[in-house]
Amino acid sequence: MFDFQIVTNWFDELLRGCMPEFWVLTIEFVLVGVILLTLYALIALALIYGERKICAFFQCRLGPNRVGTWGVLQPIADMFKILLKEIISINHIDKVLFYTAPFIVIASSFLAFGALPFGKGMQVLDFNIGIFYILAVSSLGIVGILMAGWASNNKFSMIGAMRSGAQLISYELSAGISLLTVVALAGTMQLCEIVEAQADGWFIFKGHIPAIIAFIIYLIAGHAETNRGPFDLPEAESELTAGYHTEYSGIQFGFFYLSEYLNMFIIAGIATTMFLGGWMPFHISGWDGFNAIMDYIPSVIWFFGKVTLLIFLSLWVRWTFPRLRIDQLLHLEWKYLLPINMVNLVVMAIIVVYGWHF
Amino acid sequence: MEVKKIDIKGIKYDEFKDNEYLEQYAEELRKNGTNIVVTSLDKIINWGRSNSMWPFTFATSCCGIEFMSVGAARYDFARFGFEVTRNSPRQADVIIVAGTIVNKMAPVLKRLYDQMAEPKYVIAMGSCAISGGPFCNSYHVVKGVNEIIPVDVYIPGCPPKPEALLYGMMQLQRKMKLERFIFNKKR
Amino acid sequence: MEKIKELISNKLPNAIIEEGKYLTITATKEDFRTLAEIVRQNDVLCFDYLAHICGVDKDGKLGVVYFLSSSADMSKNIVLHTSTDDREHPELFTVSDLWDTANINEREIYDFFGIRFINHPDMRRFFLSKEWKGFPLRKDYADENPLSLESVEIDDHLSRLTFENNEVIEAEEKVFEDEDYVVNIGPQHPATHGVLHYRVSLDGEIIKKVDPHCGYIHRGIEKLSEGLAYPQILHFTDRLDYLSSHINRHALCMCIEKAGEIEVPLRAEYIRMIMDELTRIASHLLGWSCMCMDMGALTAFIYGMRDREKILDIFEENCGGRLITNYNVIGGVMQDIRQDFQKQVSEYIKYQREKLKEYHAIYTGNVIARGRMEGVGIFSKEQAISFGVTGPAGRASGFHCDIRKVAPYSLYDKVKFNEVLRTEGDTFARYIVRLDEIEESLNIIEQLIDGIPDGDFRNKPKPIIKLPAGEYFQRVETARGEFGVYLVSDGEKTPSRLHFRSPSMTLVSAMDTISRGEKIADFIAIGGSMDYVVPDIDR
Repeated sequence: MFDFQIVTNWFDELLRGCMPEFWVLTIEFVLVGVILLTLYALIALALIYGERKICAFFQCRLGPNRVGTWGVLQPIADMFKILLKEIISINHIDKVLFYTAPFIVIASSFLAFGALPFGKGMQVLDFNIGIFYILAVSSLGIVGILMAGWASNNKFSMIGAMRSGAQLISYELSAGISLLTVVALAGTMQLCEIVEAQADGWFIFKGHIPAIIAFIIYLIAGHAETNRGPFDLPEAESELTAGYHTEYSGIQFGFFYLSEYLNMFIIAGIATTMFLGGWMPFHISGWDGFNAIMDYIPSVIWFFGKVTLLIFLSLWVRWTFPRLRIDQLLHLEWKYLLPINMVNLVVMAIIVVYGWHF
Repeated sequence: MEVKKIDIKGIKYDEFKDNEYLEQYAEELRKNGTNIVVTSLDKIINWGRSNSMWPFTFATSCCGIEFMSVGAARYDFARFGFEVTRNSPRQADVIIVAGTIVNKMAPVLKRLYDQMAEPKYVIAMGSCAISGGPFCNSYHVVKGVNEIIPVDVYIPGCPPKPEALLYGMMQLQRKMKLERFIFNKKR
Repeated sequence: MEKIKELISNKLPNAIIEEGKYLTITATKEDFRTLAEIVRQNDVLCFDYLAHICGVDKDGKLGVVYFLSSSADMSKNIVLHTSTDDREHPELFTVSDLWDTANINEREIYDFFGIRFINHPDMRRFFLSKEWKGFPLRKDYADENPLSLESVEIDDHLSRLTFENNEVIEAEEKVFEDEDYVVNIGPQHPATHGVLHYRVSLDGEIIKKVDPHCGYIHRGIEKLSEGLAYPQILHFTDRLDYLSSHINRHALCMCIEKAGEIEVPLRAEYIRMIMDELTRIASHLLGWSCMCMDMGALTAFIYGMRDREKILDIFEENCGGRLITNYNVIGGVMQDIRQDFQKQVSEYIKYQREKLKEYHAIYTGNVIARGRMEGVGIFSKEQAISFGVTGPAGRASGFHCDIRKVAPYSLYDKVKFNEVLRTEGDTFARYIVRLDEIEESLNIIEQLIDGIPDGDFRNKPKPIIKLPAGEYFQRVETARGEFGVYLVSDGEKTPSRLHFRSPSMTLVSAMDTISRGEKIADFIAIGGSMDYVVPDIDR
């Protein structure tokens, strides 16, 4: 299996050979930043296109098909327009909070995005507390949403932001604990080690019952964290017009729009890394021939393939279920998911201690 | 750019009915000092804008139901990229005035229009929005939305058929493609 | 009915009792309150359902007409009249404490005629803004209200008239307290199905009070009708409740035909009824899909709209219009049906039966949907009757109010169908009644479609229709409930007063009662389950 680290190491040595370390680092930082930004934008655009096309097929429609072949350029046209749209300055708002809110939202999703391992050796940040870091930065986004709702001086935005706050804080617990279940199994929080540990079988198979429960709970909680249906209360269209971003226009709205899609990708990415082996191919221990064939498929394809599958699942749910009510939403979390999750964590701990996993 | 070069995918220039009007519109713009010679950068911008018109969900009466039909499975304006209907005026590009506007609604409509971000466009859908329609003798009906806000495209009918709405939106696309964004002082 | 007559003549010897098609009682301003109480609360037959209440300006007098039915036997009707000579400060006594539906209707009468009701809790204008000069439906109204684009503050002060020592005292109250957290839902809001304006005061997410605010699409149809000949008025009815356009028009046509004694060929009756039922299905499909959309299920919305197109195809081929068909005319229908009409409709019936199962699979059985709908927004039968809530919403509360059953018109007494009744009165009941009614409508069409007789499709009446002087009522069952036409004729070619009883208006007036104490998300779902059409309220 091709290790992308070979490329990065070669490039690093090449630069170090002709310039001082300061410049090497600067160039590398900038390069990585640019690549990540481009990838971020491209993935978001692809997701927007994908969602519009997939939901169209769910609904017996065609979806975009006029702009470019099969309408693939549709999201690009949208971006052009959004970039050039007027940013309205509104009276009676808290200007500082209002203008910083979109940046906080997008920055938090960007920070989390950077830490995902896309392929073998393709990871920008690899701390020993990787998963902890991702959880921490991705929940920063709620600050931005609360700021947006508060600063807009609009009652709908306010209700949307408050709902969002209640929702994210409660579902963050479930998401965290279900990831903790996997951490207990893996014995590490470093993302690359977690992926490596799944070389002879993904955690969802290794950890059997508790891992599957944790996986399902993580999908639910993660889905809720992305504010998408059936958990789209913060921006419930039919109730709150557009929720916390009602007052935003132009590219500021574009930031919210992009980050919503990227959050979906991040949640799917984390679920892939933690439960489905990340970029690790599908291996069955003992079947060396089979494993070798699987290794021929590049790691990037494995990662994105699994992520796409999970995103499709979330779109399926989004376009099928009606919206929950705020009390039902909190009931689901505090009365069902959290207790199940806690018991599940204990079960997992016992399994790990006695070595009952594969 | 020549007016004749404006094309909509799948439909030739000659197949549109109101070409005289479009040419006249271009002529007027030219006379008033607006440069309509569109540069290639403008072309890209206009391409983006015209292909991503996000309508504002605004419907007062019957025409609103036909607007919903256009969004549904049979007619599906998602094909053109119009399906992202925004409920917040700040994020919408085109307001489709579907239905009668009465005196009490007029200030609200004006306010909604003012809340929209530039560039914004208005489509008057149905005879009520165009002229008051069957109710034009009433004491409480506005005789056409052009008394309140500037209108780009009129779509006749009571209510117009979904095909008519799609045609009207394509006409608006053509109109958008005449615009110049860069170095245009008289925007 | 005889006993009621006796009862009234004993208590109120001055009241004028006339026997015509309906028992009509005229009382003076002072006597009227007693008359209303007798009619509402007696041991014989209490008329607890107030169908029509409308103002009239006749012979220089401003009056009010009440058309009452008894919920026990809806075919028993009684008409009450009262009027006042005072045109400067016309004042009458309210009946809003006897029938809840009178509350909003009396506000409408105040708006149109300037009659103020003593003891009414909320005497604000209903459709027009506070600054509006004059009362448009009075005969001497001169329009002097230019179009203004200034945003106006919403009238928050309600005046209340009380009657003490033969003197009218005016007191002011506020709708909302200063510390209330009031959220505007509408006039432009995706969930109000049009331009309705609710002001909702919230306690967290719980609703404390709802104040509906109408008139954003008030087009003055009733005033316009007074200047037009009968065949010209017809097209307005289509645009009232545009989702049951065909049924509305049927009502007015029937009213005129009965008054003018114009015969309708049997073939036309058959065609009208099939079209009525198709309209009802289309409307229920749209109602179902919009309700799903309000609750966040967009796919269900598209499914409903997809199947509705099939009906619109039939309409388009036979009537010419998709939504607004303009098909009924006085004396029959506009043109004959096409040759393959029967085949088309039969195919559609088969198709729709299949699809109904799909709806139940995609939405009715959904856990979240059930959780959102069951036990939410409970509305009791007594409330439904008092508020005059009819149609699927009323039947979900157990109110036996299907006009097709209780006062059959056209050929409804010849076909077999069940009236879908439920007793829960919650959002889910209102939801499921609608789906069940689609099935019943399919059954009705199936019974009629093969029996369409040959013959004329229209009896051409004289070009100028003059109706004999008098007042006429006609009630039909639209997709939203009882739609009524009240027509006063002077013997001219134009009506002297034409009033439409709008089923949606009563639905909206009940929203405050239903949704108090529910959550704001449920408010949207309840609104969806009531399925009102805003232009029908405002007219």
